[in-house]
Amino acid sequence: MNEVKTVRKPAEAAVIRVRSKGDRPRLSERLFKQRFLLIMSLPFFVWVLLFCYLPLLGWSMAFQDFKLKGDVLQSYFSAPFVGLKHFEALWEDLTTQGRFFLALRNTLAMSLLLLAFGFVSPIIFALMLNELRAKRFKRITQTISYLPHFISWVVAAGMISVMLSTEGPINDLLVGLGLAEKRVPFLADQNLFWGIMTVSEIWKELGWNAIIFLAAITSVDQGLYESAEIDGAGRLRKIWYVTLPCIMPVITVILIMDIGWLISVGFEKQMLLGNDMTRNTSEVLDVYALKYGIGQSRYSFGTAIGMFKSVVSVVMVLIANALAKKTGDTSIL
Amino acid sequence: MVTQRHRRFRKTKGDYVIDFVIYAVTLTVLVATLFPFLNVLAIAFNESSDSIKGGVGIIPRTPTLDNFKELGRFPLLLQGGMISLLRTVVGTVVSLLSTCMLAYVLSRKDFIFRRFFTALFLFTMYIDSGLIPHFMVIRSFGLNNSFWVYIVPGLISAYNLILVRSFIEQLPYSLQESAFLDGANDFTVFVKIIMPLCLPVTATVGLFYAVGQWNSWFDTYLYAPFNEKITTLQYELMKILQQSMSQQGNQHLGQAGQLAQSQSISPLSIRMAVTVVAVLPILLVYPFVQKYFVSGLTLGAVKS
Repeated sequence: MNEVKTVRKPAEAAVIRVRSKGDRPRLSERLFKQRFLLIMSLPFFVWVLLFCYLPLLGWSMAFQDFKLKGDVLQSYFSAPFVGLKHFEALWEDLTTQGRFFLALRNTLAMSLLLLAFGFVSPIIFALMLNELRAKRFKRITQTISYLPHFISWVVAAGMISVMLSTEGPINDLLVGLGLAEKRVPFLADQNLFWGIMTVSEIWKELGWNAIIFLAAITSVDQGLYESAEIDGAGRLRKIWYVTLPCIMPVITVILIMDIGWLISVGFEKQMLLGNDMTRNTSEVLDVYALKYGIGQSRYSFGTAIGMFKSVVSVVMVLIANALAKKTGDTSIL
Repeated sequence: MVTQRHRRFRKTKGDYVIDFVIYAVTLTVLVATLFPFLNVLAIAFNESSDSIKGGVGIIPRTPTLDNFKELGRFPLLLQGGMISLLRTVVGTVVSLLSTCMLAYVLSRKDFIFRRFFTALFLFTMYIDSGLIPHFMVIRSFGLNNSFWVYIVPGLISAYNLILVRSFIEQLPYSLQESAFLDGANDFTVFVKIIMPLCLPVTATVGLFYAVGQWNSWFDTYLYAPFNEKITTLQYELMKILQQSMSQQGNQHLGQAGQLAQSQSISPLSIRMAVTVVAVLPILLVYPFVQKYFVSGLTLGAVKS
């Protein structure tokens, strides 16, 4: 999901300063005074350290030869350091176009496809919903359109596999309309996999992603439309010259965030809908790390893949954020 | 520019074209969204020998409940359903309470670690330690093969935390102040004043957590794949799906693949019946709660 951080108002800081001016209490006194707040938050402080920050220490496994023998901690501390061995193996794989290369290529290809089509379609859908005059129909369409967002990928993958099976409705339709000569084995054809993933993701998230644009559209000043009308603008011109410029800040923020998340395309649908026939196009980085890292107990190698992915992703988010700052006063970090 | 002036309520020819296109597209989206759901329902309620022939649309041709009765033969499914229900209830309650409590503390402008803690939780949205280090941490805590692996690692989502915090921040502080003057402590204020006022946002966040809990399968896959006491419904459905996926892949391998398919214990009808069970809770509550989902999203996003 896309999230936007609220920017702290300077006024808040001023209030705190005014209140704590005069005789500033000592630290121990303040801690004691806030003991309830501390008790209420410390367990979660420990939690976040243990479950979100402690795993970062595990990155050192990428530079070790980690073998899981019994106790995790013991294996961790006894694992010898091997320098960049695993990264060299990854580089070697990249240059020889091995499985890691394929996984990286597939991840990027599916992300870019999704960025190209999955980003524009909710905007168009929101604009169309906004143009619907029948309010009831509009509401029903909208409500139904974000239903697939709430089902799990397991359920969605099940539905997709039924839709796309050789005896399924889509093949019925294609053959019935004479668009295909014989039934297409969609999920067994590796050339179709990227496209199927993109369409599936759009099917699942179109309505949900449109919500934010629809909210932005409804907050456009109605007076602007009236003056556009007086100037003789028709519906399309109103959309082009009023609606789109007004929601442009939202579009920019979402686009930049999507670019930031480019490498984290998700793996559930690829993992659930991929099979041996489509292995070359369906394996993404996470699935690769899972298969080789955990499946074959090559933990250090798997960590190196994960680390590579995280670093690329953080760099992309930072670049995206820098872009966001440049384009306006919006910041996503 | 168009020089001609349109009157406000008269449709021009162009308007009709635009309307036609818009209705055509939205109707297509509507059908494309709904059809898979209705198709799954139809197959689940259709006789399995008939479904194999294909061509079942959105209405069962030969209605029957047999597929659901068949589910009784798979004890793991019932077990999984119970675990899914349990993790949804426990996980939602625990996560919701934790999120609200922490959000309240972080909303307090006088709290000494406010900025530090907020930053610590915010960063979790952007850093990802990767699969294997996380896996190792959870193993070293002995959480694998335990029910608590569903609850503890995902206790608080930073996004939900921010959602609740910004809701609490816009409540008037004077409400808390008068309680403090009456001698209430921070915890009492949280329980007696903040929690009741947070009802709208807790509905949203609680639903996010509940849907997440009900739908998740990957944690089972990773941490308890063979512990049949705690596998979830979604995970069992995933196993059934994986079987049929490898068969679709095998279809073109000729006879061996065909053979594997005929030996399958999970024909299409059973798969669809399980799918219906897995999606039913969401379909049942969806019409009543969908407005909370939307309000949550717009609450968090429009502020940008």
